[in-house]
Amino acid sequence: MKRILGIETSCDETAAAVVVDAHDVLSSVVSSQVDLHAQYGGVVPEVASRAHVELLTPVVARALIEAGLDDDHVDAVGATVGPGLIGALLVGVSAAKALALVWDVPFVAVNHLEAHLYAAFLEEPDLELPLVVLLVSGGHTMLVLMEGHGRYRLLGSTIDDAAGEAFDKVARYLGLGYPGGPAIDAIAMEGDPEAIAFPRAIMDDGYDTSFSGLKTAVVNHVRNHPDVATADVAASFQEAVVDALVTKARRAAQAYGAKGLCLAGGVAANSRLRERALDVCVADGLRAFLPSRTMCTDNAAMVAAAAWWRLEQDGPSPLDVGADPNLRLPTLR
Amino acid sequence: MLILGIDTATTQVSVAVGGHEGVLAAVQSSKPRRHAESLAPAIEFACQQARVELREISVVAVDLGPGLFTGLRVGIATAKAMAHALRVPMIGVPSLDLLAFPARFSNRLIVAAIDARRGELFSATYRQVPGGLQRLSDHTIGTPEDLASELIATGEECLLVGDGALRYREVFDGLTKVELVGGELAAPSATSLVMLAHAQALREQFVKPWDLQPLYLRKPDAEINWSTRHGR
Ligand SMILES: [Zn+2]
Repeated sequence: MKRILGIETSCDETAAAVVVDAHDVLSSVVSSQVDLHAQYGGVVPEVASRAHVELLTPVVARALIEAGLDDDHVDAVGATVGPGLIGALLVGVSAAKALALVWDVPFVAVNHLEAHLYAAFLEEPDLELPLVVLLVSGGHTMLVLMEGHGRYRLLGSTIDDAAGEAFDKVARYLGLGYPGGPAIDAIAMEGDPEAIAFPRAIMDDGYDTSFSGLKTAVVNHVRNHPDVATADVAASFQEAVVDALVTKARRAAQAYGAKGLCLAGGVAANSRLRERALDVCVADGLRAFLPSRTMCTDNAAMVAAAAWWRLEQDGPSPLDVGADPNLRLPTLR
Repeated sequence: MLILGIDTATTQVSVAVGGHEGVLAAVQSSKPRRHAESLAPAIEFACQQARVELREISVVAVDLGPGLFTGLRVGIATAKAMAHALRVPMIGVPSLDLLAFPARFSNRLIVAAIDARRGELFSATYRQVPGGLQRLSDHTIGTPEDLASELIATGEECLLVGDGALRYREVFDGLTKVELVGGELAAPSATSLVMLAHAQALREQFVKPWDLQPLYLRKPDAEINWSTRHGR
């Protein structure tokens, strides 16, 4: 039995968690900086890095206390080393190494994308493989085939904007505020998803996605129809994004004989995406796995879980590893 | 009392361990390298050389800046986490104080200047007092030309130290009463940090890990632009 402290500072959430053996979450503390960045309409790297320095010590302290670890007895410390904002990543990596040094336990470098894949296993340890994972967030849109632990095949990714980025940009254009995902999700409930037929870039057979054309179509439509209801635009835009993502994921699950479909990343909290993914799974006899909303967005429990798997497979990471803002998912060829 | 000192506010990484007996071990790497990669191994090495276990450390001291934002944060995040895990207090010392400290035996006006990038310097002036130095001004940020005119205005003999002074040496070279000192005085060091922190520790001037704040002296660009746009 191993108790792992996970630390996550790759973007605008300062998070720490204690997880036992990649499935038992003893504590998971997330301090969101979203209000700090809202006035700028997006995450400002320097503002994020400064906030991480201020927030990380109390967040780690709370995670240890909530886990009941008064003696600080942790068996390893894992931290996200990438991808993400370099200055932000370095705060978490530095703190994690320091804790590992003082406690004389292994330090484990964690890939943020892999951590998102492991979020699902925290809530459903018996997920059957192979599994198609749709990882969608403000920074990433990827379709991954998970064949085994640590064995991934990247089937496709976005060729321009990430799905979450598209939500943010359209929300800003429609004057709905930041962050865009929850704002569009909320207003779309009052709109008609079939009001406007926005383009879906799903005609090709590949698994890549593209959202910049859709964003332009939204802008053009609103310009040509100034009286259009914002709720209808939001609902139709959301439908186009979800349609593209779910169509590709379904196609991948069929082509690779996956046993299930799993959502991950911040956009996986979108209600319409969850609804549509569930429909597809029911229709195709796939197991649907929709992590809870708190597991979809950035958190440190998933980092601790991924650290546990990495520690089992590769052992500890050296103390001289740095952060890599462009780290990729380790994939099979 | 054993103090671990961490300084990553400039391009170098510097770690020292010491206490009542002075500095027991110091590691200094001046070659610009990624701070986050070098720091933890440097701490391990310094402790080994000093024959000290990390758990014996009773105070964690850190350079508070001003300096290079990313490097500064690597040091402060490391120091805070160590102090938290060791359950010991911290002492933060400004980078310019550390830079001026080795020049304390001079009776001239001592001016410390660190490169702030974008054509600016972080600087402060000091004077010798019994037992050390006294800072005469707040830490400021300005152009090398601003600093040069200030030095001329004092009319005093000055000793100018720091990588900021060296980078803009052409601005200061012509000043008759100003001597530019390079070499080992060009950057703050963890050795000075441990010595200064020791004096503060004897006076019990401690800070808790969650209260320690870096000295940035410059707002994030986004905040500056936002304030300008909104007239605040
Ligand atoms: Zn993420």
